[in-house]
Amino acid sequence: MPSWREDVRKVNIIVCVKRVPDTGTRIRIARGGSAIDPEGLRHVMNPYDEFALEAGLRTREAVGEGEVTAVSLGDAQSEETLRAALALGADRAILIEGTVTHDGLATAKVLASVIEEDRAELILLGKKAVDDDQEQVGPMLATLLGWSCASAVSQFELEGGHGSVRCARAVEGGTQYVRLPLPSVLTITKGAFEPRFASMKGIMAAKRKPLERRPAKAVASRLRLRSLELPPERSGGEFIGEGAGAVPELVRILRDEEGLI
Amino acid sequence: MTKVLAVLEEREGWLTEVAGEVMAVAAGLAEDLGGSADALLPRGEAWRDGGEGVERSGVRRLTVLVHEALASYRPEVFTAVVESAVREGGYGAVLLAATSQGKDLAARLAARLDVPLAQEIVDLAVSGGEIELVRPVYAGKALARIHLDSSPLIATIRPHAFSLEPGKSAPEIEVVEADLDPSGWATEVLAFEASDPEVPDVAEAAVVVSGGRGLKGPENWDLLEGLRAALGGDAGLGASRAVVDAGWRPHAEQVGQTGQTVAPRLYFAIGISGAVQHLAGMRTAGKIVAINRDADAPIFKIADYGIVGDLFEVVPALTREIEALRARG
Ligand SMILES: Cc1cc2nc3c(=O)[nH]c(=O)nc-3n(C[C@H](O)[C@H](O)[C@H](O)COP(=O)(O)OP(=O)(O)OC[C@H]3O[C@@H](n4cnc5c(N)ncnc54)[C@H](O)[C@@H]3O)c2cc1C
Ligand SMILES: Nc1ncnc2c1ncn2[C@@H]1O[C@H](COP(=O)(O)O)[C@@H](O)[C@H]1O
Repeated sequence: MPSWREDVRKVNIIVCVKRVPDTGTRIRIARGGSAIDPEGLRHVMNPYDEFALEAGLRTREAVGEGEVTAVSLGDAQSEETLRAALALGADRAILIEGTVTHDGLATAKVLASVIEEDRAELILLGKKAVDDDQEQVGPMLATLLGWSCASAVSQFELEGGHGSVRCARAVEGGTQYVRLPLPSVLTITKGAFEPRFASMKGIMAAKRKPLERRPAKAVASRLRLRSLELPPERSGGEFIGEGAGAVPELVRILRDEEGLI
Repeated sequence: MTKVLAVLEEREGWLTEVAGEVMAVAAGLAEDLGGSADALLPRGEAWRDGGEGVERSGVRRLTVLVHEALASYRPEVFTAVVESAVREGGYGAVLLAATSQGKDLAARLAARLDVPLAQEIVDLAVSGGEIELVRPVYAGKALARIHLDSSPLIATIRPHAFSLEPGKSAPEIEVVEADLDPSGWATEVLAFEASDPEVPDVAEAAVVVSGGRGLKGPENWDLLEGLRAALGGDAGLGASRAVVDAGWRPHAEQVGQTGQTVAPRLYFAIGISGAVQHLAGMRTAGKIVAINRDADAPIFKIADYGIVGDLFEVVPALTREIEALRARG
């Protein structure tokens, strides 16, 4: 749980949430081969953004005062994702209406242009969006704004006396602990912030919470998507056999035929 | 003539295995473009031998940039030194490893240089002077072929994804004491808590032994640890989300759409059913071995080799067989 000293009484937090295809749905390529087929696709809030939202809500709750603003760049349907964030407890939402591309820098520029107008101490994002898997918007946004930033944060706490945030980062080989001055941009991964479920009351309340629409600043993508294709099917496997009796044959194949062990 | 820069990374004072891959891909790209490749290694203390990875890297020059502030990853410092190396060296392409450090650094660098970034590329080709990059999207459920409209090109390379010819030439090594300005270093590094240093991270391991709910409980993981140890130092441990959610294993080991995406040479899926979100994270592995008592488990549809049976019998037998093989030498 976040904990900090008395002198932080108010905190404004922006959480960036993206609408992505449900991780369980099958991806098909649309005709033309440069986009996925939207037919029958279910969408959800990006799972890492759920952790970011939860982190924002808990931080605001612990501080007592302040606002959590959910921001999404996307088409009109991203309103659904923002309503879901409001139902979970965000205070207000901003839909930046515009086109989403795989160019994370273009996304970061659009988000930066909107966020600059809203005063906040913390911006929380997911570690990555599970559609483009680019894992870049957070550190780019921080660089554009000139704010401090930590990525892959699994736990953090505000430190009032320092105007700073102490973060645990999940990296290869272990956990790195860092302290950053506020304002700060953090990208959140799975860890301390297991998302809550929306209550009926929350869902009803969400309908009345403010959702503002702003046009996206025009930023061209410089990442040209030439084609999208399905990965080669893995050729049908081979059953070696049943039970422990099959082990010697497996080991022989892995050693003699594959040279893998 | 295009110059390519490979940005290298260390762990515990040694070059990572993927650093060798980054150099090899950089050298190959430079050759295709009729240019040359250099490498840059920021590090905290005096240089010691980089071993075979460096000797056969095929890069022209390796610059080792030494400063105590480079001992652990402080993003602002690393971004500043790499940015000035790129600007001063006039590099047309910059390649990094797709590790948590490499991806964070690449994103900041791209924003500083105002160019787009491709993370986790698994292939690259030059045709007609243009570079085409291939990267998995939707956690590997699709592959995107892309082109970056800018210079320099910045990309990170997924560990083990490229099949590489070992390079030929050794670089000229240049050790430089860095002169750094500490203003603007926002990040204070407080501590590092290492997980078991003997076990490579799942995203970097050449062989992964992954376990799922079929293991029944965390106390049974010594079975997988035994197999991992028998397979040797390149082997790491993985897990399905079901066992991570149950608290049996840390999230760092989770393989799949909301965990690590891995491409080891060999992947063992043990007591894992093979849900789409799991397959997304490991389908680009070189060879997949599945052990499951349910012959209809979806994991068998993508496995190269399968054994149907009780893992509590099969895994110990497999461990013994591999240990015996090792003992024979
Ligand atoms: C948004 C979202 C994101 C997700 N992300 C991920 C992700 O990143 N990674 C991931 O893995 N999952 C992910 N999942 C979960 C995924 O859908 C599955 O629930 C999960 O992968 C199942 O884990 P499992 O295979 O260990 O368990 P199960 O599906 O329960 O399978 C256990 C298997 O063990 C076998 N078994 C049982 N006993 C034995 C025995 N004695 N010997 C041999 N075999 C045995 C069974 O036959 C079965 O096939 C995600 C789900 C959602 C909704
Ligand atoms: N279109 C978007 N709208 C709002 N937030 C976004 C958008 N795209 C990316 N983000 C945020 O940036 C994070 C990382 O995305 P990416 O760099 O694309 O993997 C996501 O988890 C979101 O928090």
